[in-house]
Amino acid sequence: MEPFTTHTGRAMPLRRTNVDTDQIIPAEYLKRVSRAGFGEGLFAAWREDPAFVLNQPQYAGATILVAGTDFGIGSSREHAVWALTDYGFRAVIAPRFGDIFRTNATKAGLLPVILPEAAVAALQDAIEADPATEVTVDLGARVVLADAAGLKAPFDLDDYTRWRLMEGLDDIGLTLRRTDDITAFELSRPAWLPVTA
Amino acid sequence: MNTAVSKCETQMKGEGVMAGSAHRTIAEKIWDAHVVRSAEGEPDLLYIDLHLIHEVTSPQAFDGLRAADRKVRRPDLTIATEDHNVPTTGITGPGVPLSGPGSPVTDPVSRTQVEALRKNCAEFGIRLHPMGDAGQGIVHVIGPQLGLTQPGLTIVCGDSHTSTHGALGALAFGIGTSEVEHVLATQTLPQLRPKTMAITVNGALPDGVTPKDLILAIIAKIGTGGGQGYVVEYRGPAVRALSMEGRLTVCNMSIEAGARAGLVAPDDVTFAYLEGRPHAPSGADWERALDYWRSLPGDDDAAFDHEVTLDAGTLSPYVTWGTNPGQALPLAASVPDPDSLADPDQRAAAERALAYMGLTPGTALRDVTVDTVFLGSCTNGRLEDLRAAADVLRGRRVAPSVRMLVVPGSMQVRAQAEQEGLDTVFTAAGAEWRAAGCSMCLGMNPDKLAPGERSASTSNRNFEGRQGKGGRTHLVSPAVAAATAVTGHLAAPADL
Repeated sequence: MEPFTTHTGRAMPLRRTNVDTDQIIPAEYLKRVSRAGFGEGLFAAWREDPAFVLNQPQYAGATILVAGTDFGIGSSREHAVWALTDYGFRAVIAPRFGDIFRTNATKAGLLPVILPEAAVAALQDAIEADPATEVTVDLGARVVLADAAGLKAPFDLDDYTRWRLMEGLDDIGLTLRRTDDITAFELSRPAWLPVTA
Repeated sequence: MNTAVSKCETQMKGEGVMAGSAHRTIAEKIWDAHVVRSAEGEPDLLYIDLHLIHEVTSPQAFDGLRAADRKVRRPDLTIATEDHNVPTTGITGPGVPLSGPGSPVTDPVSRTQVEALRKNCAEFGIRLHPMGDAGQGIVHVIGPQLGLTQPGLTIVCGDSHTSTHGALGALAFGIGTSEVEHVLATQTLPQLRPKTMAITVNGALPDGVTPKDLILAIIAKIGTGGGQGYVVEYRGPAVRALSMEGRLTVCNMSIEAGARAGLVAPDDVTFAYLEGRPHAPSGADWERALDYWRSLPGDDDAAFDHEVTLDAGTLSPYVTWGTNPGQALPLAASVPDPDSLADPDQRAAAERALAYMGLTPGTALRDVTVDTVFLGSCTNGRLEDLRAAADVLRGRRVAPSVRMLVVPGSMQVRAQAEQEGLDTVFTAAGAEWRAAGCSMCLGMNPDKLAPGERSASTSNRNFEGRQGKGGRTHLVSPAVAAATAVTGHLAAPADL
């Protein structure tokens, strides 16, 4: 996983709540067996509307998505995260995320940033007023900055996830260091527990 | 969350006696019994007892294993099925070809994905129930059916409706593909402790009100994000009175309220359901298991981080009107007016939803006509669901303007239904009787809505395009689905 320390880029406002993962990437795009190429399916249905924010030239090249509450609810498809990163996004800012999407994002190098609704709205207003507004997501300091708009908003992320993202660490590699603990646990499991074999 | 309690807890012991402190909910007990490693400032490393996989969310995980030269740690705790993208017609039986003449799979991309699952299961030694197999079915239907889903287990699957398995008192949650790979490689997952929520349903469901109506009412009450960050425990007399299949329906839709897991403490209903199933313990092991399972219900003084209470007696059949499962109302209500909503976000969401759904505020929900009825899915594709719909359809006809698909949740459910003659009831009424799969729940196999088509569906999501691009979905119970098929507009059996 590519480390995430701090990222500065332009942002795109998505003024919708309850953006489910079926919207982020519809099921018909889930048949690929690789992790690449999902960007073409990002918001596939909504993109057919020329007025949709992804089609507005002033936001082309944006790398930070600023969305309404309950972003990424629904299906567990990690393809939603892969679609956002493949398209070029490095972070998504919203007041609240679907649990599974949020976990998936932290495993695939997309930073989910939770900010209060008022801060999200202020950020969206600033971007819409000037789409060239530069936004910085500083994971080390756990703060979102938009200097030109006078915005500085701290965010929470647990220390462990932050460390893992900043180091770009492979979760599986970390857990495999605990193989002895896993083996010991397995020896304590009752014999009557089910097996599929 | 009381971390002091968790720190002093022990692992699940061989004789099934739960040593430990009082004051814990069932979710906390299961969690504590599965902590492989706990360290300050880190997520707990949880052991996973059962890993269910399917064709859509696993190929990249297996590729990851190969790239890092890793093995599947416990293929004997892993089971696979083909459910999401397989067709539900042309399934002639075991060994139905995946390609060439006589194959029901016409989409080459779907075929590649199913081939990948078969190749991966063969390479890593994982049991697979392929298309056409008598054991094939939707992943969340076959786990309980086989008796693999048991109280006190940790269960994961690369599918958000894994919460279904909580109905038997398991801690079960959906994961993404990176986590699937992690479980394959280590049989564990690093997880932050969730908060706990109690949803207590007092009273009794009135006649004609089903478990689906109950969970739709719960989601409407707490919203699509209300359960975010929580494990929900459903409790109270109305939950105790539910059959196991009813509990599966309720727990299935926990994720639609944002909760990654939902569960019901095990009781005699649970034990009676499990006894004699292929993978349930037997003989002396059954007694050992029972001792453990009876220790699982939460302590009387256990505290929840959040509590919600409902009165079942006030409920009636529920249907959704919008594009998320929280946008639901009693069938007797009318399409809401967005202007009546005070919250600007909710108002905007309702306006968008009504535009997508092609509905006008004030229209009686009973006046909404549909062209498609879908009975099936991991929410409502079990035998009791088929019986409930067949009871309504017996001696009646599906309206000429309506196409009705009946898709059993598993091939075993299909066989049982045929033994009872339910298939004859459905076909005599003019419905299509299909083979098992996710079918029209998610629009990634041949069963889809066309743009502008409108369905009454017993599935779990009414998101835009969920059942096919441009399709419009109203979530309903099996009984409402059947009555709607007869009348051609949203209706309850009492309307017939």
